[in-house]
Amino acid sequence: MKKDKVNQVFRVGRTQELIYELKVEQAMTRTVITVEPENTMEDVRRLLKEHRISGMPVTKAGDLVGIVSIEDLIRSLREGNTQEPVKQRMSTNVVTLYADDPLVHAVQKFERYGYGRFPVIDRKTRKLVGILTKADIIRCLLRRLEINYHEREAQQDKPSHWFADLPSDRTAIVLRYDIEGGNFQKAGEASSTLKRNLKKLGIPSEATRRITIASYEAEMNIVIFTPGGELVATIEPGKVTVTAADRGPGIPDIELAMQPGYSTAPDWVRELGFGAGMGLPNIKNCSDEMRIDSKVGEGTTLQFTVFT
Amino acid sequence: MTLSEIIEALEAKVLLNPIGNDLAVDRACASDLMSDVLTFATPGAVLLTGLTTPQTVYTAEMADIHVICYVRGKKPQGETLRLAEEKDVVLLSTDLPMYESCGRLYLRGLRGCVER
Repeated sequence: MKKDKVNQVFRVGRTQELIYELKVEQAMTRTVITVEPENTMEDVRRLLKEHRISGMPVTKAGDLVGIVSIEDLIRSLREGNTQEPVKQRMSTNVVTLYADDPLVHAVQKFERYGYGRFPVIDRKTRKLVGILTKADIIRCLLRRLEINYHEREAQQDKPSHWFADLPSDRTAIVLRYDIEGGNFQKAGEASSTLKRNLKKLGIPSEATRRITIASYEAEMNIVIFTPGGELVATIEPGKVTVTAADRGPGIPDIELAMQPGYSTAPDWVRELGFGAGMGLPNIKNCSDEMRIDSKVGEGTTLQFTVFT
Repeated sequence: MTLSEIIEALEAKVLLNPIGNDLAVDRACASDLMSDVLTFATPGAVLLTGLTTPQTVYTAEMADIHVICYVRGKKPQGETLRLAEEKDVVLLSTDLPMYESCGRLYLRGLRGCVER
């Protein structure tokens, strides 16, 4: 299915859902322009003009007693009697909405009666609490759709979204980086890029920090001790696994290599701030699981996992 | 401490400041060994170091450090500067040696990364 088609289906479906979910009180205008039954139709003319509206409820001490519209005013004008009181012109059988009605009731009433507005009253107190026009409904729906759209957009980059959209028994995102042996100008670039990507994927920052500190140490080991290798990060729901594989000389005694401070690095490596025998212990500290396989003369594969 | 208080205490030159002087820094980490920094530094600390390699910037990035101060009058060049610019890291340079730099900051109440 094309992308715009998907969006269209999403919008229409969502609008229909929304008119069932939303309540009248979420869409209505709360500051209502009203008149009293004793006011004149001239007062109505002035208020309609001033507020650019086409009708208003008539209230007495907060209670809804009628509704008066521009059609009523036109009749008054035609008869040349704009000084008559509102109560002689207003409609008294007013169709109302309750504030807690779902918006779909309002939509149905607009269709059934053809009125421009409905006064909204509180179900318990019966007092007037707002007024609802078609424009109010459209405004409310657009605002909601916009919020939904932004939320959806924000989720698009999160792995949760990817994982939910690509169902399988075991979905994973795999990021692969080639590491050049001996290139100190670039040593760290792969872990740096990995860190940016993990952030983009929404991995929590503390987990991202541990993953990339460990991958950076592993990357430095490949640059320092081997002709090259690769760093592979596998991102799955709940965990990130990094595999650092090289074509280096191998580690003859892994247990010894794991001891803090044990190092075979030459002085020039130490001058770069590495090779002090802290790399492997540091990777172990940062990760939840760690494994090393090494064959002298063939290479080393180091794998660690951080639970996210 | 704020970044501007650190600059004042160390009489440091500002080589790069993409963040602003009001940045709050509550810890410091001093080492020429980047593995130690990766092991002990807390996020948001200032890093004092005598090294000027690109790895100082990568280390800061991995450890979530936003300020590096190079001691003994060292100033990073080329790739290190370019990387720091790309990653929005503040770079300072002080003529003071490592020990004096640490002492001045500690006297002003800036804690280390391990103490509570």
